[in-house]
Amino acid sequence: MFRKFILAALALAATSASAQTEIQFWHSMGGALGDKVGELATKFNATQTQYKVVATYKGSYGESMTAAIAAYRAGNAPHILQVFEVGTATMMAAKGAVIPIAKVMKDADEPFNPKVYLPTVAGYYTDSKGNMLSFPFNSSTVVFYVNKDAFKKAGLDGNKPPKTWKEFQAAADKLKAAGQSCVYTSGWPSWMHIENFSAWHNVPIGSKENGMAGLDTEFQINSPLHVRHLTMLTDMAKKGLFTYAGRGNQAEAKFSSGECAMLTSSSGAQANIKRTAKFEWSVNFIPYHDDVKGAPQNSIIGGASLWTMGGKTNNSYKGVAKFFAYLSQPEVQADWHQSTGYVPITQAAYELTRKQGYYEKNPGADIAVKQLTNKPPTANSKGLRFGNFVQGREAIEEEIEGALTGKKEPKAALDEAVRRGNEILRKFEAANKG
Amino acid sequence: MEKRVVFQSKWLPYALLAPQIAVTVIFFFWPAAQAVYYSFLVQDAFGTSSQFVWFQNFTELFHDGRYIESFKVTIVFSLLVAVSGLSIALLLATAADRVVRGAMAYKTFLIWPYAVAPAIAGVLWAFLFAPSIGIVTYLLKKMGVDWNWIINDQQAMLLIVIASVWKQISYNFLFFLAGLQSIPRALMEAAAIDGASPTRRFWTIVFPLLSPTTFFLLVVNIVYAFFETFGVIDATTQGGPAAATQVLVYKVYHDGVKGQDLGSSSAQSVILMFIVITLTVIQFRFVEKKVQY
Repeated sequence: MFRKFILAALALAATSASAQTEIQFWHSMGGALGDKVGELATKFNATQTQYKVVATYKGSYGESMTAAIAAYRAGNAPHILQVFEVGTATMMAAKGAVIPIAKVMKDADEPFNPKVYLPTVAGYYTDSKGNMLSFPFNSSTVVFYVNKDAFKKAGLDGNKPPKTWKEFQAAADKLKAAGQSCVYTSGWPSWMHIENFSAWHNVPIGSKENGMAGLDTEFQINSPLHVRHLTMLTDMAKKGLFTYAGRGNQAEAKFSSGECAMLTSSSGAQANIKRTAKFEWSVNFIPYHDDVKGAPQNSIIGGASLWTMGGKTNNSYKGVAKFFAYLSQPEVQADWHQSTGYVPITQAAYELTRKQGYYEKNPGADIAVKQLTNKPPTANSKGLRFGNFVQGREAIEEEIEGALTGKKEPKAALDEAVRRGNEILRKFEAANKG
Repeated sequence: MEKRVVFQSKWLPYALLAPQIAVTVIFFFWPAAQAVYYSFLVQDAFGTSSQFVWFQNFTELFHDGRYIESFKVTIVFSLLVAVSGLSIALLLATAADRVVRGAMAYKTFLIWPYAVAPAIAGVLWAFLFAPSIGIVTYLLKKMGVDWNWIINDQQAMLLIVIASVWKQISYNFLFFLAGLQSIPRALMEAAAIDGASPTRRFWTIVFPLLSPTTFFLLVVNIVYAFFETFGVIDATTQGGPAAATQVLVYKVYHDGVKGQDLGSSSAQSVILMFIVITLTVIQFRFVEKKVQY
């Protein structure tokens, strides 16, 4: 801690002495990921002498966004801010507070082609007019993890994991019968069972292209298919086949410890599972309901992107653009993908990683990309953009919890989630119409 | 004889008071005024557009079932914390009062938890009772209890009550012990000679004589449960599951800092401000004056 402080102080002293323009970059990558971000900044700084990117860890996604908002209100915003995907609409609606990435790159004459990004990644951060708003950075998606040893013990073929929810339930019954204490658990309930579920089955999450085409959007997550899915989960919970583990990534530890045999959670969990799991496991496509037409479609991303904040000098934006151009390089992207477990966000980085033989050595590492690019994205599956979605997602999660505890019928819970979610959307619309 | 200090200078008393007034204005009146002002606004997170909406934020709150629910949760939680906190502390205090040997050691140990920061207390209990890795969870499972406060709201409530009570017991204990020790021994001895049992002595002599202390502690504990348990809740349940442990003060933080809904959050804190004022008035009006020895 103390050494870090000294280093930071030295770094500060060094920069104030030189004529470099500092680019403040606030992020939420803790631990090993944070070191990696620091490495990216250091390597970029070594490529030129004019600018210096200073990467600072500002706490969780929510915390750093709050910090940046407070800093913006006080006139001290950073140049670059890492914002999680649910904050996208809030950032986008903040006119003047942020500058679209497309404009930043164009003004600085840096090459920039939104088409190089995976469509499901770029789509999430592009407005309805086709302008890319933020720089995609760390993207992940939900994948399906299977404990092959547990499968074998239950007389199931671990190499043929369930593809549909029907097969999934049959497997769950067998695992339970074989004495598995926790059969299935899931991280990020709303992201997995509402957001990705909808995209995967090509049904809307909300009107207006999932909110991308306007602020007057409404949630549509109480369709018969959604109700059916939540009913299935609730029934599984009642039978002890589904163990709820919380709204974040808590479920991942339940899987890697061997307690739970099946897990749906972020593709970013792989690094940790690899380190801790003492059993054979595999990464697979998330299950789908096989009687739904068009399923499986494609999954959608989570994670975060980099936003350029407004109100800074023109010269510093040139530095920001240079940094983004550096990050866009296939080598940098491929390295980031391989060392973090986030998906390669450009086609070139994916190809490069494949050529390097990474996927042969790390089976399953490409499932996330395959899932994201399963089919060309539709209006229902390119992503979502709802105002105040931090609150909106929470309303959804609270209602899911209400259904799982048996306090509410699944249909009533989803109706209520829609009602509450719409209230939050209307509030956002009202606050941002001026 | 004139006891008051009489200042010769006209400005000196004001100058001497100025720092205190400045601190109060900067750290209390100014933020409070800002909260009141923000409670009349609907604003986007960055403050780039805002509208004056009069009392809309307040009316919305009182039409919001979840805000009313949060009130109920707070009341249940506060009562549980105050009642169980006071009874356990009283029990411990009477026990410690009777100890002859090593009394100092007992007292010191009982006071220790008060030195622990709320967040640390929260993390401590969260670890002990963690659904996957907690040692208590493990023991409970062995006894056949399925402990998972992530999804069981009563267990979640129980967890934050235990953590908050544990944190506050020392404080209650100190006051009760002091109260017990100020009860004249002669009264107890006389009652004992008259043949009153220890239980009877407690309920007819000790408890009534302790009533000012109890009343004071009751108010303090309710204030504690209302406003100071934020750290415990944030470190454990974070208001979940399904807002079952979301007390008012946590909801203010939650809606304002996490949800970026400053208008509603400010309105809630203004309401809380009135609750504090009311509780303070009760404390001064009734506790200090009406409860007599």
